[in-house]
Amino acid sequence: MSGAPAASAVRRPRSLLARLVSLSIVPLAAVLGGLFVGGVIIFVSGFATGEVDPLLPFAAYGSLLQGAFGSVRGVLFTIVTATPLILGGMAVGLGFKAGLFNIGAQGQFLMGAMASAGVGAAVAGAPPLVAIPVAVAAGALLGAAWGFIPGALKAWTGAHEVVTTIMLNFIAGALIGYLITGPLEAPGFSFSRTGPLGNAELPTLFGSTVHLGVLIAFGLVPIIWWLLWRTTIGFEIRTVGANPDAARYAGMRPALITILTMSLCGLLAGLAGAGQILGISHFMNASYGTSIGFDSISVALLGRAHPVGITLAALLFGAMRAGSGLMQIQADIPVEIIDVIQATILLFLAADVLVRRILRVRAPSAGPEELQTVTKTYGQGAV
Amino acid sequence: MEALYGIPVLGVLFQFLGYVIDVTPGIAPIVVGLAAPIALGALCGVMNERSGVVNIGIEGMMLAAAFAGFLAAGLWQQAFGGAEIGPWGATPALVVGVLAAIAVAVLLSVLHAWLCVTLAADQIISGTIINIAALGLTGYLNRLLISPNPRLGAGTFSSFNLPREVEDFPVVGWILDMFLSQGPIAMSVIVLVVVLQILLFRSRWGLRTRAVGEHPRAADTVGINVIGLRYRNVIVGGVFAGLAGAYLTLEGTGSFQNGMTAGRGFIALAAVIFGRWTPIGAWAGALLFAFSGAFGQAVRIRPPGADYPDLGAVMGAIPTQVYGALPYIMTIVILAGVVGRSIAPAAVGKPYTKESKAG
Amino acid sequence: MRGITKRYPGVVANDHIDLQVRRGEIHALLGENGAGKSTLMNILYGLAEPDEGEILLDGAPVTIHGPVDAIRRGISMVHQHFMLVPVLSVAENILLGDERMANPIFLDRAGAHVRIRELGRQFGFIVDPEARVGSLSVGWQQRVEILKALYRSAQILVLDEPTAVLTPQETREIFNVLRQLTTELRTSIIFISHKLNEVLEIADRITVIRRGRVVGTRLPGETTEEDLAELMVGRDVELSVDRGESSPGDAVLAVEDVRVADDRGHEVVHGVTFDVRAGEIFGIAGVAGNGQDELVEAITGLRRVTSGRISLQGRHVSGASPRQLHQAGVGFVPADRHRYGLVLSFPITDNLVLNDYYGPPYARGLVRDDDAILEHANAAIAEYDVRTPSATVPAGTLSGGNQQKCVVARELDRDLRLLVLDQPTRGLDVGSIEFIHRQAVDRRNDGTAILLVSAELDEVLELADRIGVLYRGEMVAVLDARTADREEIGLLMATGGKLSVDEATRDMRVDLESPA
Repeated sequence: MSGAPAASAVRRPRSLLARLVSLSIVPLAAVLGGLFVGGVIIFVSGFATGEVDPLLPFAAYGSLLQGAFGSVRGVLFTIVTATPLILGGMAVGLGFKAGLFNIGAQGQFLMGAMASAGVGAAVAGAPPLVAIPVAVAAGALLGAAWGFIPGALKAWTGAHEVVTTIMLNFIAGALIGYLITGPLEAPGFSFSRTGPLGNAELPTLFGSTVHLGVLIAFGLVPIIWWLLWRTTIGFEIRTVGANPDAARYAGMRPALITILTMSLCGLLAGLAGAGQILGISHFMNASYGTSIGFDSISVALLGRAHPVGITLAALLFGAMRAGSGLMQIQADIPVEIIDVIQATILLFLAADVLVRRILRVRAPSAGPEELQTVTKTYGQGAV
Repeated sequence: MEALYGIPVLGVLFQFLGYVIDVTPGIAPIVVGLAAPIALGALCGVMNERSGVVNIGIEGMMLAAAFAGFLAAGLWQQAFGGAEIGPWGATPALVVGVLAAIAVAVLLSVLHAWLCVTLAADQIISGTIINIAALGLTGYLNRLLISPNPRLGAGTFSSFNLPREVEDFPVVGWILDMFLSQGPIAMSVIVLVVVLQILLFRSRWGLRTRAVGEHPRAADTVGINVIGLRYRNVIVGGVFAGLAGAYLTLEGTGSFQNGMTAGRGFIALAAVIFGRWTPIGAWAGALLFAFSGAFGQAVRIRPPGADYPDLGAVMGAIPTQVYGALPYIMTIVILAGVVGRSIAPAAVGKPYTKESKAG
Repeated sequence: MRGITKRYPGVVANDHIDLQVRRGEIHALLGENGAGKSTLMNILYGLAEPDEGEILLDGAPVTIHGPVDAIRRGISMVHQHFMLVPVLSVAENILLGDERMANPIFLDRAGAHVRIRELGRQFGFIVDPEARVGSLSVGWQQRVEILKALYRSAQILVLDEPTAVLTPQETREIFNVLRQLTTELRTSIIFISHKLNEVLEIADRITVIRRGRVVGTRLPGETTEEDLAELMVGRDVELSVDRGESSPGDAVLAVEDVRVADDRGHEVVHGVTFDVRAGEIFGIAGVAGNGQDELVEAITGLRRVTSGRISLQGRHVSGASPRQLHQAGVGFVPADRHRYGLVLSFPITDNLVLNDYYGPPYARGLVRDDDAILEHANAAIAEYDVRTPSATVPAGTLSGGNQQKCVVARELDRDLRLLVLDQPTRGLDVGSIEFIHRQAVDRRNDGTAILLVSAELDEVLELADRIGVLYRGEMVAVLDARTADREEIGLLMATGGKLSVDEATRDMRVDLESPA
């Protein structure tokens, strides 16, 4: 304790650059590791398909890059593909900050998409200034409602969100199957789908694929950051995430914060769903599929639950998804390889102790520290 | 009971009870079959959580095992063929399939143990990785290996058929039918549940496992190898998850679809909590969830309208998708109702590190 | 043990320590919290590996890599935080790791039960092998720990702060058992403590450790408490705070017939009534686990009362939230600072405004004012002498004493009506203890009502003006501290004045019976 002045000299705040390097070195290593393992799998797969070619991984990644960044269209496509991942990633990352693991982004996204499709079709004839906000709000609100349920269940009964959100994903699927083949089905199509959106379609920029939802998503990044670190609500969310007992002792209400945060998470995921429907597909059918659920988790983990990190991670995964189509056409590699690469990246992130030892760096742990709270509350009672 | 059916609202409820009692003997064998993968997943959960490890990767382990079992059995059948070699219509291909399923699930559980126990990584993240990796890898390999080969497959195990005379016995008949008219994996569940229940509470292994899950440091101070025991239990849990996966492709359906576990691994976790971390309780939970799944089938095969007109009118108005979602709804309801009152092993989710800074 | 050295990042916990223990002797290891006693014993027991040095048993060097080695060589340890599994039975806890088997698969429970009962009888206890350890009192849990060591026929028994949670009577009972062990079984005992009087009473030899080094060895007959205290702390210490006379005013906190249930819904506080007046310290004495935690939580708004009335300056506050109580002038230093008092991953700045972050001057509307928060932190760090490199380091990087100073700074740095101190000095070094005791007495002299809860009877006796004794959720007596007798309070803590000490400490079944 007598060494306090000396210690303060050692602990001088490091430069921003040094901090950025220290924060991003493990995620970067994980991404490279994931790509490497993916390359090995592509090569080994050659034995099964009979095309053994040591250059195949390079060809595959080459067309992936070309698809994602090779043209202005490609870059815009990457950004558009990253958009729901930014929102979904924040839907998971915000949960992490409150010590919650939202595996339900999938269901919240689907409910948001369904609501926007249904409401959008209903207000198709209204002027765009009315139709668009109404359709977007419908998606955001139903997403929020789908996030509210597991939040309330955890706050009031202690049912852990890891199980309830997964169940709600399946229930959302069933509900959508019912609504789109029933009440929301539009007449006059050869298959079950919602009606045309008319004026509720999101406008696009300069005739490209970049729709209004892209701007909303990128605009929300600084807003969520501000919410978390500059407001008292953000302080409450982070306190509950770091130490729910201390939060209660300090007069905060963890139950309320849990419900509020899950609803906000659902709102973000629902907004992602609204953007996809109103901005891109313009209708929803009963078998509407998406990989947003797990992608969002990967993005949130890789981005260390920080809005800026999430944006970067979303752009990375967006590029992979955007380029994978060309890769499948040119190199005949199934797009599912992206899932494998994603899982490998996460594996390296989880094993960050090992990664740091190999790299001989003393970077901070690559996972959001609030994860401990997620695991600690497993099997516990109400908050 | 019929006298009560006329009462408004309440009458429909009584009719519902009557209907449930009517159809239960008929769907009982289906329930026990449907419960098998959930129960095996739950046994995996019990093995993990009793020793202090959360495993939300059961879903992924089951899926990977289902895929590996199907692929191995199919490839073996294609390469070597082979006739029936044992009861339940077992062929060499099916046996190889089951072994492959177990091997893959064990491999994933070693990964889980390594991440959670050795590296002290976050247990929920480790499970999530297994889920994502399993979904991705099976999807990738399915496209690569199975899709171009549509005739791949080795069929399924067949169910044991109870002699007609026994089946017709009142009450005892249908109970025997329920448990014995099963394939080998579903039937093994019953044995595994009972054996595990006894061992957990009566054997040295059980005592040590319970101690490690509650207070690993106390176990360590009396010379128990906490790390080793956790590894062992997580791996044995992997065997159960592998059997669960094998059931799906080699006993249940005979084919593989992407994501075919459909949340059973997570329902199994709810069954563990419902059963208060005991094998028998977890099995009861699995049966309950399986019943809610089979109920939809019962309604389709034998609509209630014929015998119970009021009930038929009410249930006719319920969309079929509701019956499909029933197990998921049931899981949430049970979890919300039960979880506050059942207490998890105290060390669940906490990695154990030997040396701590002590003053 | 010879030349034992153990380093942790930033600290040398043991610096070339030599320790020699003879057969059949009780050797006391005396030192402050954090002096390195527990580390040394963890090395002996194989829970930590020394960086340097060796361990010799009967003259021969041995290596102890883990508890298995230690147990095999006849070393047993009773840890300060008991190593018992609460949900398992007494027998299961004793058997664990050294199980008697009926056959290769099943445990021989009946045989084990007989052996455990016998072992108890040998030392004058009546033991119920099937009782759940979690339902036993702390004193009995300790006896189970000792039985665990006896079951393994320990040659060397290490006891880490065994009396910290016991009443004087229970302490004497344990001392009798220890003496019986050394005389009858020639067991060697290492007795770790920071309590001077106990060490003088029980030990054959005393080794004093300070900051990881041996600073002296003494024989009880040739030393005094003052001498030992100086050795232990390294300077003259005032053994007690000069607290002066109190001049109590009106009742600030009134607790009337309050009943509280625990998390499982069992009532653990059965109609407690007392009041705390302005300008007095009211101490609650009691063995841990007699309802103190739940009572404190009820008073601070963290737990609902099932019935009864709590009022603050005449205002009914039974249902008030922690925030309402905070605003009404209640300060609370919680027992577990890691769990409740601090968010360890947050910087000191945030921790110092943990319960008034939401309003001026720290926030305007929903927006936080970081400058005001930092300014406040710097002022508090200076005033409460928190040793830290800066106000923005995470609270988790501070030492225990400095963490507690942060909590105290946050809770005391405003106008208070009532201050609740729950185990305020647990695990702290002497300097921090002195600081916190002084703060408490100063506050009292300023007219604040103070409720002090402590499992350490000595702390209550030292600080309190009046003492209430809590036994099994009942306030069995309220005494004037000036006339209170240590023995009498100990007896009330141990038995509630309802049983003879003999019955309570000898028969486990009496312990298990819930009060009428």
